[in-house]
Amino acid sequence: MTETSAGPISEIAIALRVNGAERTVRVDARVTLLDLLRETLELPGTKKGCDQGTCGACTVIIDGQRVLSCLTLAASCRDHDVRTIESLAADGNLHPMQSAFLECDAYQCGFCTPGQILSAVCLLEEAEAGVPSHATPDVRQPIDRATLSDDEIRERMSGNLCRCGAYPNIVAAIRQNRQPHAEARR
Amino acid sequence: MKAFIFQEATVASEAATVAGGAPGAMFLAGGTTLVDLMKLEVLTPDTVVDVRRLPFGDIELSESDVRIGATVTNSQLAWHAGIRERFPALSEALLAGASTQLRNMATVAGNIMQRTRCSYFRDVHAACNRRQPQSGCDAIAGFNRGHAVLGTSEHCIATHPSDMCVAMTIFDAVIHTLKPDGATRAVPCTEFHRQPGATPDVETVLEHGELITHVTLPIQPIARRSHYLKVRDRASYEFALASAAVALDLDGDTILGARLGLGGVATIPWRCREAEGGLVGRRADDKAFGAAAETALAGAIAREHNGFKIELARRTIVRALDSARDMSV
Repeated sequence: MTETSAGPISEIAIALRVNGAERTVRVDARVTLLDLLRETLELPGTKKGCDQGTCGACTVIIDGQRVLSCLTLAASCRDHDVRTIESLAADGNLHPMQSAFLECDAYQCGFCTPGQILSAVCLLEEAEAGVPSHATPDVRQPIDRATLSDDEIRERMSGNLCRCGAYPNIVAAIRQNRQPHAEARR
Repeated sequence: MKAFIFQEATVASEAATVAGGAPGAMFLAGGTTLVDLMKLEVLTPDTVVDVRRLPFGDIELSESDVRIGATVTNSQLAWHAGIRERFPALSEALLAGASTQLRNMATVAGNIMQRTRCSYFRDVHAACNRRQPQSGCDAIAGFNRGHAVLGTSEHCIATHPSDMCVAMTIFDAVIHTLKPDGATRAVPCTEFHRQPGATPDVETVLEHGELITHVTLPIQPIARRSHYLKVRDRASYEFALASAAVALDLDGDTILGARLGLGGVATIPWRCREAEGGLVGRRADDKAFGAAAETALAGAIAREHNGFKIELARRTIVRALDSARDMSV
């Protein structure tokens, strides 16, 4: 292929923080964050479902916000803080949302589960901040995390598809964690 | 994906100059449209200028207007307490679009610049005048259930996909830009997007390398009684079949002022000024709202599969106006 039809090859060296560790990598400008995580940084917990921004399996947390790693160019992540499913369990203890997914049988094949869990963790942080969703009756009023309705949970999880149809149990797992965890476990 | 040069911009003038000097350059913000379309090779920029780090991430509310930076995310804008209180239809429109993950990525300027979801546009093997000028339009004789009924031409019937822009048009939003030569300009949202006509590939009034810096909305009492209603095939995470952004200024039962915009049915974010004018002075009931809906869809042209959208849009308008009338403000 000539250089004209192939276009210019561009490699970028970037430093970013992944699950608390500083990483420096050299990437082709075309590489997505998803492929960087899975293939270069050996973090395969983040899944490649549709690879076109539809299914949510590739959800990661960048600077505290849940986003899709398949539509994020790795080159654009310089100095950002990336958290993947591998960061959730601390010292061998599952995150409360991971425990809830186990207890509620909130998965079948498990492929979408890492994205579901990260999305659910962020959902509750957003609910804690009181921000509305499309399911909120009046966007002018803040919502309450502790009484978040199933409609609210479904709407806020609509970016994560599950081909096995584990939705009712996913909703149950999130509902179980609506209360801040210390209280829920008492 | 075709290879490209990646350039990170930290100063707006530099972003515009770099892009302006490279004919194949495109700006990258949230990436939710651009990276998707680059994977499909519908878009093949040879230079990608990352503008996400420009200092345009703030929402500033003053007595006279709200100034929204170009890289403010859809979530940030939808969740902003001042926007929710003063422009509820804008918050609702944003929350009705995509998913939380996508709204956390997508920016205001990127939403304004997003490309149609027409499946023929997204398929490089199909004929599409918007993607490839003079190649024809496979949608006109094809499966056009999702396509536009307003603002179409014999060259293109692609629907503009934005919810946010529909709300922006009824609030008289102004889009502010910076050109590569340093000049700035302010374009009303209603004049920013171009109907396809004979040149569907020319989607906006922007010149190459011209960068959106921010959007302003004048503070207006009518916006407090505003609502966005979106009708779609799924309850969530789907583009509109028809949507309406409405606002009412009421004195008791009497309409003093009205705003009406449509999404999902037109080639650009669609403002219905004639229908708005017809509502003024009338009693806020379904008779008046139905008449406004008739006016708004008067010029609609149905294709083989999308004729249902005309009646759907009319009913969406009436229900949206009902909801706005019944709001407690």
